[in-house]
Amino acid sequence: MSEHLVDIRNLRLSFFTPAGEVKALNDVTLHLDEGEVLGIVGESGSGKSVTSYSIMGLTADPGKIVGGTVTFNGHHIESLGEKELRKIRGKEVSIIFQDPMTSLNPVYTIGSQIEESILLHTDKTREEAKERATELLRLVGINEPEKRIRQYPHELSGGMRQRVMIAIALACEPKLLIADEPTTALDVTIQAQILELINELKEKMRMAVILITHDLGIVSSMCDRIAVMYAGRIVECGTTDDIFYRPQHEYTRGLLRSVPNIQDRESKRLIAIEGTPVDLLNPPAGCPFAPRCPSCMKICLREMPPDHHYSEVHTAACWLHEKAEYEQRGGEGD
Amino acid sequence: MYKNPLSFQLKAEDFLPATDEEKQSLIVMRDSVSFWRDSLRRLVKNKVAMVSLFVIVVIMFFSFVVPSFYPYSYEQQQKGAENLRPMTYSQAEQERIANGEKVTPHFLGTDKLGRDYAVRIMVGSRISMTVGLVAAVIILVIGALYGSIAAFFGGWVDIIMMRIVDIIYTIPDVLLIVLISIALKGPLADLSSKAAMGWVGIVGPNLISIFIVFALLYWVGMARIVRSQVLVLRESEYVTAARALGAGNGRIIRKHLLTNCIGTLIVTTTLQIPSSIFTESYLSFLGLGVAAPLPSLGSLASTAINGMNTYPYLLIAPAVLISLIILSFNLFGDGLRDAFDPKLKK
Amino acid sequence: MAESANLVEVRNLKQYFQVSGKNFFKKDCVKAVDDVSFSIPRGSTLGLVGESGCGKTTTGRTLLRLYEPTAGRIVYDGEVIFDSGDVPLYDEAGNPVTDADGKPVFGKKTRANMLPYRRKMQIVFQDPYASLDPRMTIGEIVGEAIDIHGLASSREERHEKIIRMLERVGLNSEHANRYPHEFSGGQRQRVGIARALAVDPEFIVCDEPISALDVSIQAQVINMLEDLQSEFGLTYLFIAHDLSVVKHISRRIGVMYLGKLVEMGDSYEITFHSCHPYTKSLISAIPIADPETNRHTHRIVLQGDIPSPVNPPSGCRFRTRCPYAEKRCAEEEPAWKEVSPGHFCACHFADSVR
Repeated sequence: MSEHLVDIRNLRLSFFTPAGEVKALNDVTLHLDEGEVLGIVGESGSGKSVTSYSIMGLTADPGKIVGGTVTFNGHHIESLGEKELRKIRGKEVSIIFQDPMTSLNPVYTIGSQIEESILLHTDKTREEAKERATELLRLVGINEPEKRIRQYPHELSGGMRQRVMIAIALACEPKLLIADEPTTALDVTIQAQILELINELKEKMRMAVILITHDLGIVSSMCDRIAVMYAGRIVECGTTDDIFYRPQHEYTRGLLRSVPNIQDRESKRLIAIEGTPVDLLNPPAGCPFAPRCPSCMKICLREMPPDHHYSEVHTAACWLHEKAEYEQRGGEGD
Repeated sequence: MYKNPLSFQLKAEDFLPATDEEKQSLIVMRDSVSFWRDSLRRLVKNKVAMVSLFVIVVIMFFSFVVPSFYPYSYEQQQKGAENLRPMTYSQAEQERIANGEKVTPHFLGTDKLGRDYAVRIMVGSRISMTVGLVAAVIILVIGALYGSIAAFFGGWVDIIMMRIVDIIYTIPDVLLIVLISIALKGPLADLSSKAAMGWVGIVGPNLISIFIVFALLYWVGMARIVRSQVLVLRESEYVTAARALGAGNGRIIRKHLLTNCIGTLIVTTTLQIPSSIFTESYLSFLGLGVAAPLPSLGSLASTAINGMNTYPYLLIAPAVLISLIILSFNLFGDGLRDAFDPKLKK
Repeated sequence: MAESANLVEVRNLKQYFQVSGKNFFKKDCVKAVDDVSFSIPRGSTLGLVGESGCGKTTTGRTLLRLYEPTAGRIVYDGEVIFDSGDVPLYDEAGNPVTDADGKPVFGKKTRANMLPYRRKMQIVFQDPYASLDPRMTIGEIVGEAIDIHGLASSREERHEKIIRMLERVGLNSEHANRYPHEFSGGQRQRVGIARALAVDPEFIVCDEPISALDVSIQAQVINMLEDLQSEFGLTYLFIAHDLSVVKHISRRIGVMYLGKLVEMGDSYEITFHSCHPYTKSLISAIPIADPETNRHTHRIVLQGDIPSPVNPPSGCRFRTRCPYAEKRCAEEEPAWKEVSPGHFCACHFADSVR
């Protein structure tokens, strides 16, 4: 098997707060290859952002990795120090955030913010960096880049600020771009523009992309593979077609049933997932989705379900498969 | 198919559907905690704040309770016992001890008129703290009312009220105190000679003018703080929600704006106390404060400066006490602010 | 008075805000809502959809007179609750009423006392974190509604009413003594709905009620709103930026852009037979949760950004981003035309766009 660009194995991460230990990630395993687009879908508290930040070593205090490994481009991230991590961040892996207004520094021009990234990681001179910044602005579809380069973030609209963020992220041609809810704060017509831009740039620069979102529509049109997370675990992972047409986990199925589709000829009643999201301070002993699962069995409340492979790339963690196998074997214990 | 790494036995019952009760038992709601209890918990955990509170309580005990039981009074002049060093006795007292009488030592000696200094310090700090507390209450009431009215109505009301505040800021306080106390000296002396108004003479025209000036000038800081709080709260969505329900202005101010301000009001008032005490202290130090023989920490310090080299303890005691009081209130106020600030909640 | 078919009628509603301009003397005028007219039949849902700056939230709040309208007429259940005095009267058929000389007749200037209407017209807010007073228990929050309108004659009755409301939205009595910060977003939104229901309203403005909620909770709240509508015969104005949700819950949809209504019609018509370029691109921009459809759909991606509402483009406001724009669009504002029964559109080229 060739080396994956990103290889996360059995990652456990907790936040040690005054209120207790918040188990943000509970045994997360996923991988990503060069040029692939992986979507991570989940709700608040699912751990989708935390997983991606750990690739960059950006786990904020009081969070700590308590187990597992994170390998990116050959580096063992969990064992690197801050100094080595800084060399990787911005150069080999970049990130764009949800809210461009708070991610851009309001007192610096956008030109200087792009140049900062270039100057940090390459040997270019100030002049060369400025040229490259202008080129990048043109690349992300901002017209009149020579004029814009001297503007401040508050003079630009939300969509343009997000484009600037993308320009900063791409300044050093990283191998991996992490996009954390890049369009959630944008209007839907602007969102379409930004998603189209990310697609174009991914092709042009042969980048891998991790797209974090809660919007199933976005992942279905942008991603090659999708990982569905719930309460710090990956409950299902597979190709886009696997997830949408052959979902094996009740949570995935529940999500697909609860989202209204505009193309529906008549409005069908939505089938909602009952219950409320799990409290990560006191997670249940078994499957975290059990209290909300329509097919919950007694064992689901006690034990964590194992991952089952439905194909080489499609996995899901649910006891229902074990039940089917058990019944097939005629009800005998192992 | 891939092998399942199961290491335990699976039984048929494991695959039975779970009942609703079983599912519900896993959903546990955390203990209910009101905002006040939560803040109190945070406050109690803050060691610095708790120590400061302890110091404040101790000082208050000594200022308000102890002098009533103390064998000496603050104005009692004992001939022959002038300028005694701490823990020494005068001639007359030594004779009484020889006679078998129990004489309470002068822990801090006596001043130049033979008055026990320890009890003067205690009464002095009582005066200082009372002035500080009363002043803080005056400032709270006037400032909070003014600021919330200005912020709530906004528009021209706000603009005019705030320009008045700006003008008041420019008035020099010490000058005004002097002017008022001079102007009031005569009328107050007349007043104190009337029946039941004797306390006016004891308190003194200076102190009364200090209170008047506090009421006239010092509330502006509080007004500005309350105004900015109310301005922010006024735009809250829950205020809009209350309006959408049909709530009138009175209900909104009472139930929504003031209750959400209380944290800030308490903290600001607590921090105002040391400031008022300090103001009174330096005014008394300048001779514009309490009238003799009432002691105040500031006036005690002021009198003690002359004999600073010979009797340093006469200056050190009030100075240390002023610093201690102000420091404790400030630290406690900081602790309160941290306890009430929900943003620090993780 | 005969019961009118329309519970809510809005005519030529304008809401302009003065904001500080570029320099000290100039004040800019934001035309947040600019001449909007619609009506909502009893018991149905009108959806209002659009992107930021379109004025849909302002329309909802102005309708409830949480902001005082700059101009226009608002009629609730046949009674005029606001009239700026410069709005023509219309008859049942929708034709302007004229006097003997053929000049249009205007309505009388009116500003009704809103207190009785606050019982009948309620609102559910977008942000479940900001719309509940953090210092009040949720029992007190729901109870406030009852207290303001004097709907309970004794403490027991009041308490019983509060519990009933909470149970109706899926919470229970032991939640009544807890504070908002102890609940999740979805639960807080239910509290907001319980508060709105406590006064027994007829009409509810749902101002982006699910935008701030997790996806798995959104469906719960949508279903609950639908159930409540059929149980209590409620009328909704449902405001959202997500057209899929709006289409699901609304019978009719109005599409807004920069303060103006650009298209209005039955949900099916708007989705599948839209005749305004903006509506078409809005629908096209929505990512569908279906990989096959995405592979075969041609997406219309608009160029450029949404113009600032302070300085909207002349003529048709959408012309700066419209793929069909021509010279006429900059000079002449398109008229509000009925392109098919019940389906209105403001575009010079409505028929060809279709």
